[in-house]
Amino acid sequence: MASFTEKVGKSTLAHLDYVGALSIQTWATVRTLGAALPTGNRYRWKASIVQMLRVGVEAIPMVGLMAVCCGFILALQGASELRRVGAMSLTIDLVAIGFTRELGPLLTAVAVSGRSGSAFSAEIGTMMVTEEVNALRVMAFDPVEFVLAPKLVAALITVPCLTVLCNVCGIFAGGVFMFFSTHLGPGTYLHGVMTSIHLRDVISGVIKSVAFAIIIVMVGCLEGFRTHGGPEAVGRSATAGVVSSTFLVIVADAVFTAIFYFTGAH
Amino acid sequence: MAIISIRDLVVEYGGRRVLDRLSLDIEPGETMVLLGGSGAGKSTLMRQIIGLERPTSGSVLVKGVDITRCSPAELKQIRRSMGVAFQDGALFNSLSVEDNVALPLREHTSLAPSIIDLDVWIKLAAVGLAEFGKLLPQELSGGMKKRAAVARALALDPEILVFDEPSSGLDPIVAAELDELILFLKHTFQQTVIVVTHELPSAFRIADRIAMLYKGSFLAVGTKEQIRASQNPHVRQFLDRVPDNTATTRMVEAYFEKYVQSPAPALRRWRRWELVEACFEKYVQSREVKR
Repeated sequence: MASFTEKVGKSTLAHLDYVGALSIQTWATVRTLGAALPTGNRYRWKASIVQMLRVGVEAIPMVGLMAVCCGFILALQGASELRRVGAMSLTIDLVAIGFTRELGPLLTAVAVSGRSGSAFSAEIGTMMVTEEVNALRVMAFDPVEFVLAPKLVAALITVPCLTVLCNVCGIFAGGVFMFFSTHLGPGTYLHGVMTSIHLRDVISGVIKSVAFAIIIVMVGCLEGFRTHGGPEAVGRSATAGVVSSTFLVIVADAVFTAIFYFTGAH
Repeated sequence: MAIISIRDLVVEYGGRRVLDRLSLDIEPGETMVLLGGSGAGKSTLMRQIIGLERPTSGSVLVKGVDITRCSPAELKQIRRSMGVAFQDGALFNSLSVEDNVALPLREHTSLAPSIIDLDVWIKLAAVGLAEFGKLLPQELSGGMKKRAAVARALALDPEILVFDEPSSGLDPIVAAELDELILFLKHTFQQTVIVVTHELPSAFRIADRIAMLYKGSFLAVGTKEQIRASQNPHVRQFLDRVPDNTATTRMVEAYFEKYVQSPAPALRRWRRWELVEACFEKYVQSREVKR
């Protein structure tokens, strides 16, 4: 019995430690975020641009294709059920609202966490193992400002943009499906989309995507900074980075959706 | 006045004492070698001196500032007067060798780019890497990486230069080159040099004074001659390369015999057990032949 309570206590402490480290890191990043903006240190801003290319621009094909496939899947599955109750036109609403509120931010977050979350963990993990982080500190650089802040700036800018792109691609795929299945003209489809979504749907999606961006960068980088040991530890932290950030993104999504639902934003 | 003075430094990791009330003064311009075996605490002590970790108690004064208690801004200021060459170089892999050396100059000084280029060239030339500036760290050999790390440590013309295991993982010729480089830099730039090492030839080549660490405390601190003449059994053991008892052949034999003569039932059922026994018989025969 003692060993059981001991285990519970230990894992509780470990989780509290994780949450504490996450908050300390977030605060440290907020304090140094200014340096990574165009008005701050120009070397950090350059690093931010490089990160934007890696996190954002290089992810465009993948996010676009994923959105097209998911838009197609959603329209297909929705249409096959809705056809039976004779409400085929509701497919437009399903795709349009489904993407702007939910699928757009979530799909983008999953794609970015898979592509970049693991890359953040692996990059920082390698820097920890090869003592580059220590070298930064003894050269009077703040590792958080040097490594983390540009990544956060990049993610805060690119993830909402990718989300909007994801929405557009998903809705486009839904339109293609509607055209081929019911010969619905593009103009009519677009009109249907515009009447079904409101501005606040789009805004709630973008707010979510900002939160997801913060989660992905913070968790990915924290896993990197917690790397101890040899090269195999880098692999472990890369995996942990993706797993925890994807998990937390979905938990956060549930929380945000509940908040938006109960505050009547929908 | 000492440039670095360590007072009653205690470091504990999870209740285990790694450094035990260390006190040491390092004078400006001298080369202090921290010598000790694996696990003696010399790397921990170095991390304390460069301010990477905070001690459990005690203080480390660098140029009169207690770096264990000072503000982050003061620590930054102190760190500008320190150059550290890490064990495996710790060069930034995404930057070329030149950019690695230029990084602290670009960000911590307001020098013009042309001056920075010149300064980088001088530092690279001082370590013999002037032609290799455009290469990436992964394109360099082990010895070159360490020299590039030295060039980066020199970038801001620090008053204190710290080397972590400069000759580990290098062949004797390259290791000797690195020793000569340290001596050359010391004569040219008149810096205080701290070297962490377990290599005896290297330590005795470059040191003005040697501090010998054993299980977290200083066994002896003194000049090369004083250390050589020391009668402390642990210092003698280290200098004369006498193995510890844990690894002597007699210990291994005793272990072996105990298991072969009275193996656990599970071991007897192990299908390779005959092999072990045959091996042991051969070993006993060979020992008798030797006698």
